[in-house]
Amino acid sequence: MDFDFFRRGPGIETQIDEFLNRISEAGLIFKGAVVDYLKGDLETFVQKRDRLHEVERQGDVLRRDLELMLYTKTLIPESRGDVLELIENMDSLLDHYKGAMWKIDIEHPRICNEFHEDFKELVAFGVEAVESTVCACRAFFKNINTASTHMDKVIYWEKKSDVVSTRLQRAIFEREDLRLSHKRHIRDFVRFMEKIADEAEDVIDRLSIYIVKRAL
Amino acid sequence: MFLFFLSSGLFLGWSLGANHAAANVFGTAVGSRMISFKRAAILCSVFVILGAVISGAGTSDTIEKLGSVNAIAGAFIVALAAALSVYVMTVVGYPVSTSEGIIGAIIGWHFFTGTLVDYTSLTKIVSSWIACPILSAIFSIILYKLVVFCIKTFNIRMFKLDKLTRYGLIIAGIFGAYSLGANNIANVMGVFVPVSPFRDISFMGIVSLTSSQQLFLIGGISIALGVITYSRRVMVTVGTGIMRISPVSALVAVWAHSTVLFLFASQGLERFLINHGLPSIPLVPVSSSQAIVGAVIGIGLLKGGKGIRWKTVGGISVGWVATPLLAALISFISLFFFQNVFQQQTYKPVEYVVSAQALERIEHQGIPVNELRSMVGKKFPTALKFNKVLKKYSFLRQDNISFIMESAEYHKMEITETAIHSLDEEWLTEEQIEALEKLEGQVFIHTWMMDKALARISPAWNMKKDDKLFNRALEDKLAYIHDLFRDGEASVK
Repeated sequence: MDFDFFRRGPGIETQIDEFLNRISEAGLIFKGAVVDYLKGDLETFVQKRDRLHEVERQGDVLRRDLELMLYTKTLIPESRGDVLELIENMDSLLDHYKGAMWKIDIEHPRICNEFHEDFKELVAFGVEAVESTVCACRAFFKNINTASTHMDKVIYWEKKSDVVSTRLQRAIFEREDLRLSHKRHIRDFVRFMEKIADEAEDVIDRLSIYIVKRAL
Repeated sequence: MFLFFLSSGLFLGWSLGANHAAANVFGTAVGSRMISFKRAAILCSVFVILGAVISGAGTSDTIEKLGSVNAIAGAFIVALAAALSVYVMTVVGYPVSTSEGIIGAIIGWHFFTGTLVDYTSLTKIVSSWIACPILSAIFSIILYKLVVFCIKTFNIRMFKLDKLTRYGLIIAGIFGAYSLGANNIANVMGVFVPVSPFRDISFMGIVSLTSSQQLFLIGGISIALGVITYSRRVMVTVGTGIMRISPVSALVAVWAHSTVLFLFASQGLERFLINHGLPSIPLVPVSSSQAIVGAVIGIGLLKGGKGIRWKTVGGISVGWVATPLLAALISFISLFFFQNVFQQQTYKPVEYVVSAQALERIEHQGIPVNELRSMVGKKFPTALKFNKVLKKYSFLRQDNISFIMESAEYHKMEITETAIHSLDEEWLTEEQIEALEKLEGQVFIHTWMMDKALARISPAWNMKKDDKLFNRALEDKLAYIHDLFRDGEASVK
């Protein structure tokens, strides 16, 4: 029995806040890094890649601490399972940012100028979707009644992301001067970026079930 | 020998602790692993014992009123029949209670001995069984609404709510264990109270235990042993089962259950209600399992009634009828065998004689006696036969009949020197013994005559107004001397 009424130090809620802050921060870094890459500023891009790598590492440490905390000290098993799953899912979003960053760094896709604006928009919508997921997540822990507003926003950004992705893929394959391998390479990147919003939507789908389970 | 006969009661207590009763109060907390089984078992045991010793007298009085099993072998069979019937019903899969078992077994004893069942007490008990889950459902609905209102108004966050739920479950478990001890000890030890050989004891003048409280202590320990030795698996199963209704609902269910058990056991609350002119709740042993099922159903109804297992509700109703019937049957058959095959005295036959003194007492009570005069000097071998005769007099009300029967109960008691010498000098006061010595050589044929004679000689034998504890102890002493002078020595050692 752990009577920790007088325990001080970071509580689980603060830890979760910290973890979610890392995801938001990673989103901002990722968005900026893509802009830098498209501008051709590879030096700043590499700096941001390293920064994102560090943020992701911090996120992993926090996630592990949280999992340990949830297992050993707090929560009734049913809530614990849901919270653990939610944190894992949020962590996969963070991983997706990191993965996209490394993919760009390794593969150096040659993205034609005319696709730049759409490409930036696609990334921005994905980051917005993740940011709204972060807000929904915070609401789940702090004020469950407001979570649905943020979840609606995720769906909105995911739809916008779908539209841009379709437009971009169509435009890529309409270009006759590009080789098929080049087209398919850029298309892969578009799909990878589009998946950020898709994954965010998957997270809130599960979140809505947790919310129903906790409904009073 | 007494301990041997007590063993069936201890077995009943053990099975009560080992089965759902303990799991209902601490199952959720253990199932959710917020408290280890070991700690839960210790807390549960301590508070069950405290509840039994401190507050167990209320429900026990009701059981005593229903039927004073007056021979130790009879009490043994009654408790055994109750335990067996509960075991059979549990194996078949019905959520039954020891309360239903013991009441049925007592009725079986009444049928066997030809003594009268106190239908007022019986009605009170049976209606409480039905009221218990209903009341529990009502409480859980009110509590749930209150909890939801608080959570929404104060915007209690998830982790805070979780923490509060967890601590709430521990406190509810402690309260539940206390209430369980207070309410259900009567099932375990109630039938042994009238035949208890214990005397009141005092520890350095600070803590004193009446003879019933000593029995309750033993019964409480047997429940605790059941909790410690066997309830682990049930606790985990029941705990996780209840948990499926959401942690907050589980907390509400345990609280509602514990409150209902407490209401049906608290003499303090009964006094408070009576003093304020409010209808009081009868102090009756009720079922812990049915209280928890009632509470869960209450929450289910609040959420639209979907997912309620109506089969379980049906099972409760079946238990109300089938368990007492089965217990009565087992009790009757076992008493027959015990008495006729093993030659054990399962009851002390009580005869009724309308003596001149009894008639005078009846007349003094304002009951018309002219038509009863023809009965003076006649002996009636059993309560049933005497009651049958009295029922023929249409002018007698039920309370008149009860008073006449009480006045005519025949017990020949002779105050002999030998018996006076064998008096328990540590338990009885000097004044009380002196009063008895003054009566040496006298013979009484009714217990009330002896009580009256003693009260006339010494105030030490007089009941005191507003001193329930003193009066209860005095009742125990009177029962002891009735036994002593009736048989030449205390009947049970």
